Amino acid sequence: MMGFYFAQLLTGLANASSLFLIASGLSIIFGVTRVVNFAHGSLYMLGAYIAYSLVTTLPGVFGFWTGVILAAVATAFIGAAIEILILRRIYHSPELFQLVATFGVVLIVQDAALAIWGSEDLLGPRAPLLDRAVRIFGEPIPEYDLALIVIGPVVLGLIWLLFQRTRWGILVRAATQDREMVGALGVNQHVLFTSTFMVGSFLAGLGGALQVPRESVNLLMDLNIIGQAFVVVVIGGMGSVTGAFVAAVIISVANAFGVLVWPQISLILPFLVMAVVLIVRPYGLFGTPASAHGASVPEAPLRAMPPAGIAVAAIVAVGAALLPLADDGFLLVLGIDLLVAMLFAASLHLLMGVGGMVSFGHAAYFGLGAYAAALAVKSLGLPMLPAMLLGPVAAAFGAMVFGWFCVRLSGVYLAMLTLAAAQILWGITFQWQSVTGGDDGILGVWPARWASDRAVYFYIALALCGAGLLIIRRIAHSPFGYVLRGGRDSALRAEAIGIDLKAHQWLGFILAGALAGVAGSVFVFSKGSVFPDTLAIGHSVDGLIMVLLGGVQSLLGPLFGAAAFVLIEDWVMRLDHWRAIFGVIILAIVLLAPDGIAGGVGRLLTLLRLRRPA
Amino acid sequence: MLTRRATFRAGIAALALAVTPAAFAPAALAQDGAPIKVGEINSYTRMAAFTEPYKKGWELALEEINAAGGIKGRPIEVLSRDDGGDPATAIRIADELVNRENVSLIFGTFLSNIGLAVSDFANQSQTLFIASEPLTDELIWASGNRYTYRLRPGTHMQAAMLAEQAAKTDAMTWAVIAPNYAYGTDAVEAFKRELTKLKPDVKFVEEQWPPLFNIDAGSTVRALEQSKPDGIFNVTFGGDLAKFVREGSLRGLFDDRVVVSLLSGEPEYLEPLGAEAPEGWIVTGYPGMDVDTPEHTPFAEAYQAKWGEAPKTGSIVGYNSMMTIKALLEKAPNLETETLLTTMEGLRVTAPTGDFLFRPVDNQATMGAWVGKTGIVDGAPVMVDWHYADGEDYLPSEADALKLRPENQ
Amino acid sequence: MSAVLTIDKLTKRFGGLTAVSDVSFALKAGEFLALIGPNGAGKTTCFNMLNGYIKPDGGTVALKGRPITGLAPRAVWRLGVGRTFQITQTFASMTVAENVQMALISHHRRTLDLFSRASRLYRAEAEALLSRVGMLGEADRAATALAYGDLKRLELAVALAHAPTVLLMDEPTAGMAQAERTALMALVADIVAAEGLSVLFTEHDMDVVFNHAHRVLVLNRGELIAEGTGEEIRANATVQAVYLGGGTLSSFGATPPQNGGVSP
Repeated sequence: MMGFYFAQLLTGLANASSLFLIASGLSIIFGVTRVVNFAHGSLYMLGAYIAYSLVTTLPGVFGFWTGVILAAVATAFIGAAIEILILRRIYHSPELFQLVATFGVVLIVQDAALAIWGSEDLLGPRAPLLDRAVRIFGEPIPEYDLALIVIGPVVLGLIWLLFQRTRWGILVRAATQDREMVGALGVNQHVLFTSTFMVGSFLAGLGGALQVPRESVNLLMDLNIIGQAFVVVVIGGMGSVTGAFVAAVIISVANAFGVLVWPQISLILPFLVMAVVLIVRPYGLFGTPASAHGASVPEAPLRAMPPAGIAVAAIVAVGAALLPLADDGFLLVLGIDLLVAMLFAASLHLLMGVGGMVSFGHAAYFGLGAYAAALAVKSLGLPMLPAMLLGPVAAAFGAMVFGWFCVRLSGVYLAMLTLAAAQILWGITFQWQSVTGGDDGILGVWPARWASDRAVYFYIALALCGAGLLIIRRIAHSPFGYVLRGGRDSALRAEAIGIDLKAHQWLGFILAGALAGVAGSVFVFSKGSVFPDTLAIGHSVDGLIMVLLGGVQSLLGPLFGAAAFVLIEDWVMRLDHWRAIFGVIILAIVLLAPDGIAGGVGRLLTLLRLRRPA
Repeated sequence: MLTRRATFRAGIAALALAVTPAAFAPAALAQDGAPIKVGEINSYTRMAAFTEPYKKGWELALEEINAAGGIKGRPIEVLSRDDGGDPATAIRIADELVNRENVSLIFGTFLSNIGLAVSDFANQSQTLFIASEPLTDELIWASGNRYTYRLRPGTHMQAAMLAEQAAKTDAMTWAVIAPNYAYGTDAVEAFKRELTKLKPDVKFVEEQWPPLFNIDAGSTVRALEQSKPDGIFNVTFGGDLAKFVREGSLRGLFDDRVVVSLLSGEPEYLEPLGAEAPEGWIVTGYPGMDVDTPEHTPFAEAYQAKWGEAPKTGSIVGYNSMMTIKALLEKAPNLETETLLTTMEGLRVTAPTGDFLFRPVDNQATMGAWVGKTGIVDGAPVMVDWHYADGEDYLPSEADALKLRPENQ
Repeated sequence: MSAVLTIDKLTKRFGGLTAVSDVSFALKAGEFLALIGPNGAGKTTCFNMLNGYIKPDGGTVALKGRPITGLAPRAVWRLGVGRTFQITQTFASMTVAENVQMALISHHRRTLDLFSRASRLYRAEAEALLSRVGMLGEADRAATALAYGDLKRLELAVALAHAPTVLLMDEPTAGMAQAERTALMALVADIVAAEGLSVLFTEHDMDVVFNHAHRVLVLNRGELIAEGTGEEIRANATVQAVYLGGGTLSSFGATPPQNGGVSP
């Protein structure tokens, strides 16, 4: 029996090595550049694909390991290209804006990999000489697992040497501690950032390449790994390589033993561990408060809308109200989707733009609203309007519970705790089949008979979402909204003028959750069904992209962002290779408007002399 | 005001036209020679490995049908769209296809949740939906509706085919491994139910539920090993299956054990395993070019000629989808949904898999699947000792199925 | 003059180090009191215990006889203790006037108001406060656009918003040019005289201290070593030893005060 548990431990440690490699690169990149790199999973996938191509060409033991190293090197150069061509141009954008660009890269890499390597899963060869199992205490252990158990700590040791013994490493550590200081030291920041990105990409590529003997290389690798990689980085503390190692071991070993007791736990285990760690240690195991925030870019004071702006808004509102006249059977569908997306994005913006509390899990409250409304109809038998009311109530309740924990953190750690909360809720809707229908969802949630005409439901959506948007704007200009902005600017000052900031942030969290719940309620009756996807990471990321792409520093930003996202997506999905095209469009917007669409529009108006310079 | 409104409408219409390259001709204008428009939705980007062969299958059939003069002189035009793997997007597309493009019916979908979402939409918008690939039995039973028909043999049928074979083995204690979502739980439940029916003494001693496409294969394999079962029922697929097979064979999990594996005989799942594919697993699937019936051979050869590769399961499902539409449109006197629905009842389809029909009682096709064992021939994984299991034999009786439908509960 | 703020045997330890040890003093009504000491003497720790940012390990702080020890900073503020920061803390995304309005909104307990327009609330009062510190002309500029000296003035206006009885100023002139320092401290002295509020401030610049403070407290290694008027402190041998021995304060006794003060 002892042997069995020991073997289980070894299995966990082997997985930990794999996880550590990808997470360490992510952590280093974040530490120095403060870029939340969604494309890290793509680099990992590219490493695996390139390694597959190389090891199936190069013969023997030498060929295998050469292939692995070359794949990592190639990935490092791809990472450098991404940094030089794209990210370098947007380091001075508002915090987190860079993740929009990395999202564009994810889309492009997905299509590129499909075009180059095809859709079929590729099973590479096992590692030569390490292709069998040895018996330890009578239990079979794959030799390759043992090799991985060695490789992980060796890489950790090499990174440690690099950080301690080289000038470059010292600079990287200094930059991780304090970005401004590096500028003061007269270091060439371009070189430092590019080389950091290369090292991080190299590790991602290495992690991917080393997976070739363990699993088939496939097109879903990127998104399947990225969530866990972030979890490991956050548990360890953003920027801490040792932390990433410890966290990878904790997660992997916990899972290895977890499946023995409760096989379903794998679904949310990493997120559960992360939530607990963050509640106990707000900056992860080895992180520092400095690691929570990127550089902040000052935001201009809020101004009341000028008469011309009010006129434009009125025209847009009237135009929206007249839309049913122009319906061709689909325009209203798109219109409702647009309204839902705008309210969802604006509610997220209230939280992260106005309140400075970035959420990577805002879809949770949208989904709660949608599920509550759906369950109210299907289980409680409520009519549509009361059911729609229950949506935001449930969302507010969820936000109240999770928000209480989240507002105690800040920056990226807060964002990751919101992600964990969303994943836990997602896991519940996914797993609790008797109530939520699990993956089969809840069907048949259509509008009441009186509202079944498309135009009628469009007006309901317009009324609810329009009201939600007006309320958000009103809140942003209200004393409460100013308290949130103030707390974001200087928590110290807020406290020093007698404000209980945490309480206000908590209320802000609840309000934003409730408004996302309204969007969810409108959504569910427009689609007739709801699935766990509505709470999933992907949906949260969509919201994040809308807000950032639109411009996080403007109240109109999320509206621009949502409109651009929904309309471009709807159009582009009609095309072949739409992901690559979508990715290129996003990158183009990002590079043309490094302050988001709202900022770009503002500069355009100034250029055209339609507006006084800010 | 009136002129302004008119201008506005014209503007919006122009915009819509610019956005949609395909000009929309209302159905009322359709006359002899005008194409019959059919909508198609699938997860082409999200599930490329499975949906590519499917698309090639229906494209082949479409080409053949239109080359032979179409349906009563009218060609079929398929408006095919990618749903990106998201149910909400799938519904938006379905809405556009039905209400803007005025298609006569919709077919397609691979993922169960998208199949269900579109089926629910079809019910709401009173449009015929032929669900080609989703396996969930909710589609035809618990959440079934009169607008939705399903082609491919579902989870229950495939599990029943496997349970029949499993019952013939000596294995008495069983462990199961399935992805942790509706498809996995449904498959395990069906297999347990059917096997226990045939062999009441069997015991299920261990269950593993790895998250879809995120299996920790080493730990899972060891957990299964620990329970020392006589047999293993596997539902994992895709990347999870490859990892499971690798870790399992390395650790000797499959030695001297009966392994029964859902869908693993399908080329989509089996081929990526290459020479490492396990031998002797009892599977459902599709032997591809090895099927040499007079109905199948011309299809397989035409497919190979057009696409330069052997057909896969998706290919035959795609092909059969189009053959269903052909049979439907040839028989139906007009394109009204009610007419199409009446025609679908008991519709008999001639297809490479042999003739099958759509049961009026639950809208399920009696198309079957192949059951056999995995083996390696010339270094490539194939199905051996296979036979075609007619779907009709693995469906609940019409009387039982009737009770499963919501309208009868 | 009666004591407004009474500090009794205040003590704070960090690990083995005693940062502040048994410090007792009183701030009298209308008094302009300076707290000085070399670096690491415990000034900031002491300061932060007065307004609630650090909880003391021992001793008490009382405001007009009411114990405020261990209260949260915002609660201390509500009782009428304002503060300014060594490194200015303002709301960067607001205008100058809005920064002051925020303090007024908080003072009037309107922070949970979701529907009024914040920029229109208490505007007149904010303007009055800004004009008091000579910043009225900057009211509608963004706070980020201000020069450092103006930020300090803005902070002062914010600190005066709830008409505090006590104002705590941490290094009010840090980072400012000499002329600005003098002007700012003259302004503060003026306000102290006019409003009758009591100010306790820490300061490195001895010119500022001896020119403006009514009384001076000297802290060294966490202990209060001297207390008295500027002249008394200058004459104090212990203080001289501490500063000269420590060598931390070059200006002490070296630069004569500008406006013809007393030479050492």
